[in-house]
Amino acid sequence: MSFFEGAYAIWLRELKTYVREKERIISGLISPLIWLLGFGFGLGSSVSVSGTRYDQFIFPGILTMTVLFASMFYGIYILWDRKQDYLKAVLVAPISRSALFTGKLIGGVSEAMVEAVLLLIIGYFLGFQPTLAGAILALLVLTLISVCMTALGLLVGAKLSTPEGFQLVISILIWPLFIFSGALFPLSNLPSWLSLLTQLNPLTYGVDAVRGALIGQAAFPLYIDIAALLVFAAAVIYAGILSFGDLQQEK
Amino acid sequence: MPIISTSKLTKRYGQLAAVSNLTLSIEEGEIFGLLGPNGAGKTTTLSMLATLRSPTSGSAKVNGYDISKQRNEVRQSIGMVFQGTSTDDLLTARENLEIHAMLYSVPSDIRKKRIDELLALVELTDRANDLVKHFSGGMKQRLQIVRGLLHHPRVLFLDEPTLGLDPQTRAHVWKYIERVAKEEKITVILTTHYMEEAESLCNRIAIIDHGKIAVLDTPTNLKKKVGSDMVKFVSNNADAKKIKSLKFVRKIEQKGDSYLIKLDEVSKNLASLLKSAGNVSSVEVRPVNLSDVFIHYTGHEMRDEEEGGGWQGWER
Repeated sequence: MSFFEGAYAIWLRELKTYVREKERIISGLISPLIWLLGFGFGLGSSVSVSGTRYDQFIFPGILTMTVLFASMFYGIYILWDRKQDYLKAVLVAPISRSALFTGKLIGGVSEAMVEAVLLLIIGYFLGFQPTLAGAILALLVLTLISVCMTALGLLVGAKLSTPEGFQLVISILIWPLFIFSGALFPLSNLPSWLSLLTQLNPLTYGVDAVRGALIGQAAFPLYIDIAALLVFAAAVIYAGILSFGDLQQEK
Repeated sequence: MPIISTSKLTKRYGQLAAVSNLTLSIEEGEIFGLLGPNGAGKTTTLSMLATLRSPTSGSAKVNGYDISKQRNEVRQSIGMVFQGTSTDDLLTARENLEIHAMLYSVPSDIRKKRIDELLALVELTDRANDLVKHFSGGMKQRLQIVRGLLHHPRVLFLDEPTLGLDPQTRAHVWKYIERVAKEEKITVILTTHYMEEAESLCNRIAIIDHGKIAVLDTPTNLKKKVGSDMVKFVSNNADAKKIKSLKFVRKIEQKGDSYLIKLDEVSKNLASLLKSAGNVSSVEVRPVNLSDVFIHYTGHEMRDEEEGGGWQGWER
């Protein structure tokens, strides 16, 4: 059967169910807004980081945070589908594991990017006003970040069996990824033994590129950031497709 | 050529053999039943045939395709209806079918017509655009059954199709299964632990217990091999000699005015029997049923609270 038809069917279903659960869209925005208003404005006027006001410095980080959380937690829906037993009906269809994975991946990325665009718009009215070119570049990078993190969430979701287990594992993964990515503070502040952690963190490169696009401050050149993200994406997508294959036929 | 054939199909989980050396063949157009208690291995067998689980050893072919080597061809040939409900509650009935039609490559030009046709077959046309979360259990089951048929499969697998449904809904679902099997001209394999269901729907039944086939035959043959139907009646002037001479009577026991008769095919022969029974003040009829067959071949009862039981004084 056609790869595209299969992936499209999966994506279409994701989109329809997402649009019907408006709470998902709204709840995805609450957390980042609180961070922005709290840390951003709270520290913004009194704190400056690397020559930039803190609220401007932190906005790209919060934008990335939104995409990170929406993308990684998307994998939990595999487990809700499993609980509701709908998953079995999809797993028995004659669809390749890569089409199945791709459909879910694009579904998750679509949903995360809706949040990102909404946050950019809200941010504009709160005083975060990048150039149009900067915003577009940032959105492209965010899409790539979303691909990485959605794939990671799907991989975890495919390996686990309950939504509760998923929340536990993802929570353990997501906070170090976020805190040590440069989203909240410049990485140069950290002692060298912690530095290693940040250099191995794919999100570091993502935040760097988004910040570079929005306020012109980047530690690495753009091509390095993109390359790092692409390598990570390829590895996780590969592992993810294999794990979906195991879902389709249990040994 | 059988549409499904298995050869020593086995599934082990560590030391436990859920399915052991299962060998059977199923003919095209049959309604075939796997009857057994919970944990007998019925669902595991179905899962292997549907390529959802890989066998530990042994092989099987579905519609000519090997379940281990030609997985996608097998999947395209079958429709699978799972135990419980596996519908998407956040979509409408029609959307559930549309997404599924895409997953199974049903060509877009015939999709709508096919969906309408199937919705009509199970009388869900007027609820087509309602969200499935508002459907009753029976309606979800009907939707699931036709969802498995969108792509014109050769075989339909039904895992416990009426589990948890009330008796009236169950009877309706049986009606739909029969209608569907006839109109779609497909082979149906169902698993069940309900004797009634196996008996009324299936052309042939395999009784499964502890992962193995205990016996496989038509319900009629199974019952014939195991024993006879029984009739109890009370009469003060029955003609015992005449009754004994009737060719369908196998045995007659009498205690005063109470008679216990063992005979063949009570549904055909009851009228003739009663003609020689005189002034009958009460009659009880106890046809042999699959419960007797099950006990005969497995040495124990089905262990299920559902049917049979309570026939004291009817020992064979």
